Amino acid sequence: MTTVTSKIEWDELESLLVDITDQYGYDFSQYSKASLQRRILSFYLKGKFSSYAEFKNRLFDDAAFFMYFVEEVTVNVTEMFRDPAFYKILRKKILPILATYPFIRIWHAGCSTGEEVYSMAIMLKEANILHKSLLYATDLNPTVVEQAKSGIFKVNAMQQYSENYINSGGQKDFSTYYRANYNLAKFDEELTSRMVFSTHNLVSDSSFNEFQLILCRNVLIYFEKKLQSRVLELFDKSLDNLGFLALGSKESIKFSSIVSSYIPFDAKEKIWRKMK
Amino acid sequence: MAQDEMIELVIIGGSSGSLDAILKILPALDPDFVTPIIIVLHRNIASDSMLEEVLAARTRLKVTEAEEKEKITPGHIYVAPPDYHLLIEKDHTLSLDYSEKVNYSRPSIDVSIESAAEIYGRKLACIILSGANADGTKGVVYAENMGSKIIIQDPAEALVTFMPEHAIGHTSVKNILSIQGIILFLNSL
Repeated sequence: MTTVTSKIEWDELESLLVDITDQYGYDFSQYSKASLQRRILSFYLKGKFSSYAEFKNRLFDDAAFFMYFVEEVTVNVTEMFRDPAFYKILRKKILPILATYPFIRIWHAGCSTGEEVYSMAIMLKEANILHKSLLYATDLNPTVVEQAKSGIFKVNAMQQYSENYINSGGQKDFSTYYRANYNLAKFDEELTSRMVFSTHNLVSDSSFNEFQLILCRNVLIYFEKKLQSRVLELFDKSLDNLGFLALGSKESIKFSSIVSSYIPFDAKEKIWRKMK
Repeated sequence: MAQDEMIELVIIGGSSGSLDAILKILPALDPDFVTPIIIVLHRNIASDSMLEEVLAARTRLKVTEAEEKEKITPGHIYVAPPDYHLLIEKDHTLSLDYSEKVNYSRPSIDVSIESAAEIYGRKLACIILSGANADGTKGVVYAENMGSKIIIQDPAEALVTFMPEHAIGHTSVKNILSIQGIILFLNSL
C-alpha cells in the first residue's frame, strides 16, 4: 500500500522564490534546486498546513515565520574541528605564516552557529596570536548569528568536539575552554572578545574588509555555478595578496574566473593561496 | 523483462553486505553497457577511501566519486562521497548536500533515490541491495509512485537481509531478483 507523497513542483518552487525575493529581499533563485526543494518540502510537511496556499499565506503575512523558514531551509549542520585533518593543516602550516603579520583578520563566511569560529579562536590562542587577531563571522541568518555570538553550545556535543580537537593536534584538555552548566557549555569570553558577528548575504552583499584568511566551507555546494563564481570573486576582492582561501572538502575554485591568481596550498584540504 | 520506457539512470543503494554484491555485478556487465550508474553506499568515512579504486578494478566503465555540478554521462559510474548526501538536478547534474543525516546515514539512499525519481521518473531503475538499515525504503516507495523501476535483491541471497526485506515489506515490488537476475536485468537495458 502506498500513498502519493506530497510534493512541490518545480514551477511552484520557482514562483515561490520570486515572491520571497520581492517581499523579503532574500534571493534563493541561484541556490541548487534539488537540495532547496527537498528542504522546503520537508519544512512544509512538518508544518502540517492544510494546503500549500495556507503555507504561502503564512510565509508572506508573518515575517518572524519567514525568518524561521530561512533558518530551516538553509543548512546549518556544523561541528567544532570538523575534518580534523583540515584544522591540522591550519594549525601547522597556516597559523605560523599568519603569526608573522602585525594584525590578523579572518573571515568565516556562512558561519552558521559558529562552531568553526570558536575552533579557530582556540587554535589562535594556542598559537599565542589571538590577541592580535579579529575573527569576522557572518551568515545570512540573524538567528544563527545570535546563537554563534552567545558562545553557548550543547554540552552533549563536547565529547565529539574534544575528539576532533585532539585529532586536529590539540594538546590541552578541551574542557578548559568552556564552563558546563546543566546541558549547556559556555565558551570563554576571551575567545568571543576577538570575534565580530554580523549578518551578511553572500548573494547580495559586497566586500566589507580585507582578510588574510577566508573560510567558507560547505556553503558553495548549495549554490549554482553562476552564484559560486560571484561569491568566489567577492572572496577574491576581500583577500589580501598572499592570503588564504579555505573551502569545503568537495568544493573547488578549479573552474572559476579567479583560479589563475591562486596556487593550491593544500590540494587535499582545499586551501588556496592568492599570488597576485 | 520488457521495458516500456528506456532506462536512462540506474541507482544502486546498499549498506552492510552490499559491496560483495556490487563486486559480482560490475564485472558481469556487457561490454556495450553504457547506462550511467549512481552507487550510494553507507560508507565508513575513515576506512574506505579506496572504494572507487576497488570498483574501478572490476569494470571497464569509468568509476569516480561524484563531484558537485558534474553532469551525468553514459558509461560512467558515480559513487556518492562519504558524509554528503547526493542529489540530482533537473539538468542532470549532481549536487552534494551536507544536511542532517537521514536514517542515521549520510549519504542516505532515500535522499538520492527520491531526488533521482523526481527528475528521471519512469526512466530510472532503483536497485536495493543487502543492508542492516531501513534506508532506501522511503525512496523506493516514492520512486514507485513516480513510475520508476524498482528491483530488490532477493533477501535469501543478501548477506544482511534487513534492508531488502524492509523495502519489500513496504512496497508492491515484484522484482525480487538474485544477483544473477540483477545482472540479466542490467544487461537488458
